[in-house]
Amino acid sequence: MSAPTAENENTPTLAARIGRSEIPVVIMAFVFAFLISAVLILISNEDVRQSATYLFARPSDFFRASWDAIVSAYDALFRGAVYDYRARTSTQAWNRLIETLTVATPLIIAALGMAVGFRAGLFNIGGTGQLIVGSAAAAWVGFGLSLPPVIHLIAALAAGIAAGGLWGGIAGFLKARFDANEVITTIMLNWIAVNLLAWLLTTAAFRAPNVLTPQSPQVKATAMLPRLLGDQFRLHLGFVIMLLAALFLWWLMSRSTLGFRFRAVGENPRAAQVAGISVGTSSFLVMLIAGGLVGLGGAVNVLGTEHSLNDGIAGSIGFDAITVALLGRSGPVGIILAGILFAGLSTGGRYMEGQGVPIDLVAVIQALVVLFIAAPPLVRRMSGLNLLTRPRRTAAAKEA
Amino acid sequence: MNSTAVSRAPITTGDSEVRLTEAKGRLPGWWKMPAALTFFALVSLLVFGIGGVRGQDSHFTIAHDSMFTSMGIPTEITVPSVPTAIVLSMVLLALAGFAWFMQATNRTWPRFAKPALQVGFGVLFAVAFLVWTVAAQSLNIEFLLKATLGLAVPLVFGALSGVLSERAGVINIAIEGQLLFGAFGAAVVGSMTGSPWIGMLAAPLVALVMGALLALFAVGYHVQQIIVGVVLNVLAVGLTSFFYGAVLKPQAERYNVPLRLPELRIPVLADIPLIGPMLFSQNILVYLMWVIVAVCTVALFRTRWGLRVRSVGEHPQAADTVGINVARTRWSNVLLGSAIAGLGGATLTVGTNVAFTQEISAGKGYIALAAMILGRYHPVGAAMAALFFAFATALQQNLGILSSSPLPAGVEKFTVPSEFLNMLPYIVTLLAVAGFVGRVRVPAADGKPYIK
Repeated sequence: MSAPTAENENTPTLAARIGRSEIPVVIMAFVFAFLISAVLILISNEDVRQSATYLFARPSDFFRASWDAIVSAYDALFRGAVYDYRARTSTQAWNRLIETLTVATPLIIAALGMAVGFRAGLFNIGGTGQLIVGSAAAAWVGFGLSLPPVIHLIAALAAGIAAGGLWGGIAGFLKARFDANEVITTIMLNWIAVNLLAWLLTTAAFRAPNVLTPQSPQVKATAMLPRLLGDQFRLHLGFVIMLLAALFLWWLMSRSTLGFRFRAVGENPRAAQVAGISVGTSSFLVMLIAGGLVGLGGAVNVLGTEHSLNDGIAGSIGFDAITVALLGRSGPVGIILAGILFAGLSTGGRYMEGQGVPIDLVAVIQALVVLFIAAPPLVRRMSGLNLLTRPRRTAAAKEA
Repeated sequence: MNSTAVSRAPITTGDSEVRLTEAKGRLPGWWKMPAALTFFALVSLLVFGIGGVRGQDSHFTIAHDSMFTSMGIPTEITVPSVPTAIVLSMVLLALAGFAWFMQATNRTWPRFAKPALQVGFGVLFAVAFLVWTVAAQSLNIEFLLKATLGLAVPLVFGALSGVLSERAGVINIAIEGQLLFGAFGAAVVGSMTGSPWIGMLAAPLVALVMGALLALFAVGYHVQQIIVGVVLNVLAVGLTSFFYGAVLKPQAERYNVPLRLPELRIPVLADIPLIGPMLFSQNILVYLMWVIVAVCTVALFRTRWGLRVRSVGEHPQAADTVGINVARTRWSNVLLGSAIAGLGGATLTVGTNVAFTQEISAGKGYIALAAMILGRYHPVGAAMAALFFAFATALQQNLGILSSSPLPAGVEKFTVPSEFLNMLPYIVTLLAVAGFVGRVRVPAADGKPYIK
C-alpha cells in the first residue's frame, strides 16, 4: 500500500490551483460574455439570416457570413477602443485610446464613490442622482459666476462635490435618523434629481438662450479643466484628479480611522456598535463622502468633457459606476482597470455601430461580465474549471 | 439587505418590565405620521386656500351624455375655488388633529382605520389641489380618472411582481427589466402574428426569462440580490435596445407594428357618471388587473400556499425545518412575479397602441418598486399606491393641456411645473420609507440568501 503523505494530499496540483484562483473566472467571464454577444450579432445580422435560409444547400455561405459579421464587429470594437490601425496618421490612431481614457475619467471617479458605500456595507444605487446634482452645481458655477482662472475651477469642482455630498447625505441622514433603507431612498433620489434637472433646464438661470434643445450655456474658459495633451486630444486634467481620487480612496479605506470605522460597520454593524462606533453617524458620513466623490465625477464630466449641461448629462454613468465598482472589487486599482475597460467598450461601441451593430450590445457585454463574475460557481461549471479542482481519486481514497 | 439597524429596545426579562414599558406609552417616532399630515394640511390651507385665485370658479366635467344625465345628473359642476379649498383644508386639518389625538394618547387604531385615514386624506388633498389649479378653467374628471387607471396598470402589475418575490425573500429591483421584456415580447410576437391577443399572451412568457435569470443568480448562486437586480436592468435595456436597433427598426412593418387590444365596453355600467368610463370601458388588461390583485391577496393571506410563501420570506430556516422547500418556493414566486410584470409590460405596447421603442418602460419599474413599498408589501396596498402614482402622472399630462387653454382676461395664476408633479411619487416614497406614512415592515429575510 503506497499511502500518499498528508502533505501530498493537501497540496493541490497546479491545475487545481489555477482552477481555484479568481483570474480564470474573470477571463472566462469575458469569454462567455463575448461568445453570447457574438450569437446576438449573428441573430441581428442580415447576411447571416439570409444565408441561414439555405444553410443545408450551401453551409459555407452561412459560416463565412457568420465569421465576417463577428470579426468585423469585434475588430471595430478594438479599433474604436484602443488603436485604430486603419487611421491615416498615428495621432488619429492613438486618439482612440486617449478618448477611452477621457470617457473613463468621470466613470472611475463615480465608481470610487460607489466603492466607499460598498465597503461600508451600504448599497448606494443613487449614482445617477448624485452625478446629476454634481454636474448641475459645477456647471452653474462654471457659467453663472465670473471668477479668476484657478479659483473658478476649484470653486466649480467644490460645488460639484458639495452638491453630490448633499444628495448622498440626504439618503445617509434618512438612514441614520429614521433607518430608511438606502437602496430605496437613493433610487427615489435619482428620479427626483432627473426631474429637478429637467425643471432647472426650463428656468432662465440654466437655459441657454436661442437653443431648441434643453441645454445650458457653455462653461466659461476659466472653469474648464485644461487639456493635458494639446488640443487634438480631449484628455483633460480630470484624469489627474481621478488618480488623486483613487489615492484618496486607498488612504481613506486602508489608512484612516474613519475608513476603519466604515469597514467595521460594513463587516458587522452590531459588533461595531458594541465597540463604540456609532452606526448611524457612520452611514451618514459614508453617504456624504460617497455622494461627494460621485458629484466630483459629475463635475469633472461637465467641466472637462461636456462643457455644458443637458438633460442626458448623467447618461448611463450612474449605473455603469456600480458595475465598475463591483468589477473592480471596490479597490482603487481594480476600479481604475475596470473603468478603463468599460470605457473602452463604450468608445469601441461607437465604431461597432458603423458596422451595423447597435451600441447597446456594449451594455449587454458589460452586464453579462458582471453577472458572471458575481457568480464564480456558474462560470466554473460552464467552463469546466470545476473539473480541475475536483479532488483526485487516489489509490488510498479507493481503498478507503 | 444588509440591515445595519440595531435594536435599541432594552432587553426585558420579566413580565412586569414588559408591562411597564407598555404602560409608559408612545412608540418612538409616534409623531411622524400626524406631523406629515399636519404639514400637508397646512400646505393645502396656505397654498390652495388662502393662496388661491380669488373670486374665480373651478369647473369640472363629471359625466358624459347618457341615460344618467338625461335622468338629471349634471355633466358639469362648478365650485368657487378659494372657499372650497379652505373648507377642504379644514377637513384635512381635522383629520391631522384626529391622528395626533390617537397617536399621542397611544390608542389602538381600529383595523384598517389608519390606512383608510391616509387614503381619505390623500383623496381630499388631491381634490383641494385640483380645485386650486383648475381655478378659472375647466377639467374633465372622467377623462382624468380613466387615464389614471390606464397608467396604473403597468405599475400595479410591476408592484405585484415585487410583492410576490419579496414576500418570499427575494429583492426584486429588476421589475424595470421585466416590464421591458414584457413590452418587447408583446410587440414582437403580436406584430409577427398580427394579433395583439397573442402578443399579450406572449409577454409573460418573454418576461419569464428575466425572472429566471433573477432566480438563477439570486436563489441558485446566492449573488447579492440588489446587484443582480441592477445588473439585470442594464442587461434588459441593452438586449431590447440592441434588437430594436438591429431588427425592429429596420423591419418595423414585420416585427414592430403598433397594435391595440380592443376596449371592452360594458353597456350601461360604462355610462355611470364619474367612474363609469374608468371602471367599465377599458381593455382586457385592466379587468385582468383587478382579478390578479384579488387572487394574489387571497392566495397570500388566506391559503396554505400563501402562508408557506410568507414563512419563507420571514424565516426560511423555520420554513425549511417544517419541510418547505425554500429554494423552490423562491424560484416559483420570482417566476410568477416576472410573468405578471410581463403582462404589465404588454400594457405599454399592445395595451396602448404603441410600437416598441428603446427604454419604453421609462422608469416605470422603479415607480412600481416604490408603489410596492408604499403599499407595504401588500397587493391591495401596492395597487392603491400605484393608483396614486398614476393619478399624479395623469394629472401632469392633463394639466399640460390645461395650461395651454387661455385664462380669462385679468386672471393670473401660478401653475406647478410638471416636473414637480412627476417628482411627487418619489418624494412620497421617501417619506414612507422614513416612517412618515406609517411604518413599512420589510419581510424579515428579504434579500438574505438561504444556504442550507
